[in-house]
Amino acid sequence: MVEQVRKLLDKRLKTPEELEKLRQSIISDKDTSRILISVCGGTGCRASGAEAVVDAFAEEIERLELQAKIEFKETGCHGFCERGPVVLIGPKKIFYQHVQPEDVPEIVAETVLQGKPIQRLLYTDPATNEEITYETDVPFYKRQTRLILGANGEIDPTDIEQYIAAGGYSALSKALFHMTPEKIISEVTDSGLRGRGGGGFPTGRKWQSCLKAKGDIKYVLCNADEGDPGAYQDRSILEGNPHSVIEGMIIGAYAIGSNNGYIYVRNEYPLAVERTIIALEQAMDYGFLGENILGSGFNFTITINKGGGAFVCGESSALIASLEGKIGEPKAKYTHMSEKGLWDKPSLLNNVKTWANVPLIVNKGTDWYSKIGTKGSKGTMIFSLVGKINNSGLVEVPMGITLREMIYDIGGGIPGGKKFKAVQTGGPSGGCIPEEYLDTPVDFDELTKLGSMMGSGGMIVMDEDNCMVDVARYFIEFLKGESCGKCVPCREGLAKMSEILNRISHGQGKPEDIEVMTDLGEILNNGALCALGRSAANPVLSTIKYFKDEYLAHINDKKCPAGVCRELIEYSIDPDKCTGCGACVRACSTNAISGEKKEPHVINQGMCIKCGACYDTCKFDAVIKG
Amino acid sequence: MTKYWISSETSIEIDSAEDNNVVHFSVDDKDVIVSNGQTIYEALQRQSGIGNIPALCYHPSVRPYGACRLCTVEVSEDGGKNFRFVASCLYPVKEGLVVKTNTERVRNLRKGIIELLLARCPNTKVLQELADEYGVEKPRFALGDHDCILCGLCVRACQEIIGKSAISLVNRGIYKEVAAPFYAYELGEECIGCGDCAFICPTGAIKMGENGKPELPRVKIPYAEIGAMASAAEG
Repeated sequence: MVEQVRKLLDKRLKTPEELEKLRQSIISDKDTSRILISVCGGTGCRASGAEAVVDAFAEEIERLELQAKIEFKETGCHGFCERGPVVLIGPKKIFYQHVQPEDVPEIVAETVLQGKPIQRLLYTDPATNEEITYETDVPFYKRQTRLILGANGEIDPTDIEQYIAAGGYSALSKALFHMTPEKIISEVTDSGLRGRGGGGFPTGRKWQSCLKAKGDIKYVLCNADEGDPGAYQDRSILEGNPHSVIEGMIIGAYAIGSNNGYIYVRNEYPLAVERTIIALEQAMDYGFLGENILGSGFNFTITINKGGGAFVCGESSALIASLEGKIGEPKAKYTHMSEKGLWDKPSLLNNVKTWANVPLIVNKGTDWYSKIGTKGSKGTMIFSLVGKINNSGLVEVPMGITLREMIYDIGGGIPGGKKFKAVQTGGPSGGCIPEEYLDTPVDFDELTKLGSMMGSGGMIVMDEDNCMVDVARYFIEFLKGESCGKCVPCREGLAKMSEILNRISHGQGKPEDIEVMTDLGEILNNGALCALGRSAANPVLSTIKYFKDEYLAHINDKKCPAGVCRELIEYSIDPDKCTGCGACVRACSTNAISGEKKEPHVINQGMCIKCGACYDTCKFDAVIKG
Repeated sequence: MTKYWISSETSIEIDSAEDNNVVHFSVDDKDVIVSNGQTIYEALQRQSGIGNIPALCYHPSVRPYGACRLCTVEVSEDGGKNFRFVASCLYPVKEGLVVKTNTERVRNLRKGIIELLLARCPNTKVLQELADEYGVEKPRFALGDHDCILCGLCVRACQEIIGKSAISLVNRGIYKEVAAPFYAYELGEECIGCGDCAFICPTGAIKMGENGKPELPRVKIPYAEIGAMASAAEG
């Protein structure tokens, strides 16, 4: 009896045929007449209240007893975080934005049951003022190629059967039974896939050297310690489609002959950790992990490891030190990790996005994959488009798309009709690219040529109101705080750089500062121990290169052209425009403004703390900033 | 017959040395022959007068660490076409390597590092001497008043030679410092008072106290940072 129950509960798939049978039965059992409601449950939408919306839908469906008519699921991130919480309805994917729990009964009654779109929840294209009903017509999605992120809106990440129904683990079964390890590696090499973590190292070459490395114990590692401010692609993949990463890792492990894997994920990503753990357990239950995977005789397990909390732990050698239980400090990488990595064993470390690409390449083949992208960079890249941009969110595009297309066609341009100034790519140690290079195709090599980098795909847009000195100061402050402090150039150099930048933004810049910072940049580039230090000067060097005027205005004229650096701006009142309404007097927290009623007012500069409250309050544009 | 230099004046001539345990490479245009499995810095320690490499965080008794970066040299793995900077205390010798230890670029880099270190520790003798050698005048930055350059030699000596690990490097970035367990500055039972840390310290930042235990240098937090902390506490 116990034996029979155990057999019934045992979901382990023992052959590839059993996997196909399960897939077919999930698909054929699915009631296609049910209307699908999918609510984005990524961290971005949760921050704008998606959990309450999910609860409201569940309650409403139960109240009206519509379980048989409606298929409801909470999925991973859809990418359009600016408009969250996002809800998709029906086979044609009606797209609702900013959905609140109060809207739910109406959505169910009107849209789900009667097929009528609710106008107030639809997306309006800011460019044409046109209301758009379906997701596929929204310009933000229209120009994307969502190979990796596409499944995020389709499947419930906590249910492995939905991943299987969508074709999941077929690449694994193909790799295990129809390909030799060498064949898999040559496919990955020929596809032209390059590491998505920032370095852009050819993935196939890394796999090849790991296969060749001597040693019976090898490790497969996944770097999910994403720490760039404003970047969250890796988090979204782990939250929305963790099985794609797991499947990639199992294929990689089979290719190089490894039996143990680790996912090193940021501890600050609780939802990603939770969903990855669920996914790992389910993959174990279904026999995709563990012993004798799908009856192939190949064994592999994955352990999840929560990060130590330092930005530098995303650097490969520091990550390994942290995994080993040591201080997360980088080491020199003169011996490749593929020969001596974790516990001095050959180790294959790839980024979340790189792993997620692997099942695609195995399934669809090199020819298909290498057609996407540019000569030197194949496939798609996921960017997190943030900053002064109308449509912020996650964007997946083929390599080679221009910055202009990214910012204006997908991103919808700069809000408030402001003028574009620069885009910062590649995370904190990337560089700022000015307007004249907007038509540059985005790929690994082109961005490096401009003094920036691909990094892990951060893209921060800046407009005329951003002060480039202040931007450089912000990133250097961040890197100074995150420097591990091991090597002199990074520890001392960044501290000195931040000292100089702070001085400049306080109006105490000296004429030689630009030269000193350029020298420091060179020391960092050439002398620092790890990639963090070697690229840390990029924000300063690229802003000096493209926006030297702004530095000179700060240093020589003690002026901040963008009006950001507080010490360098002064508020005054234009007596011709001032009506003496007194609004600014009430807004001022330091009583710095005085004047008779209906007479022009004046600001006492000695008392003004330059908070800008008067400037924001004045309806007559009488307050002048400059 | 090839001529290999074993010091700046002496050379030997060997027919063809096809021994797996030796490596032939060139240092500042001199061909040298050394046994395999060493780093560039280690190998040149035994070839007196060849190469000119300063180092502060290296000691033959402990594992190399690569923190001070003063031993940076230029190497080329393609016979002298492309050069890159590496820390010679960590970079292993390889057959056919071309090493340049004292080029203009290398000297400039070292000069910059010395300037940064001197700004941190302006009163340290060993740094003043290096500054003289490399022509660093007054650093162009605000000066600190530390003695410790965070080379980690004391920590490595305590761990690797003595086997006690009574001190460790704690914190990160400019806040990094040497401390006893639980971030204490006073050493307790864990320290056996051997004085190894004080002996190995290149700047004399660690001195033995009257209680027979070393007195650890303390990082004095820069004034600007204290200001920022105070205003954060007020706000």
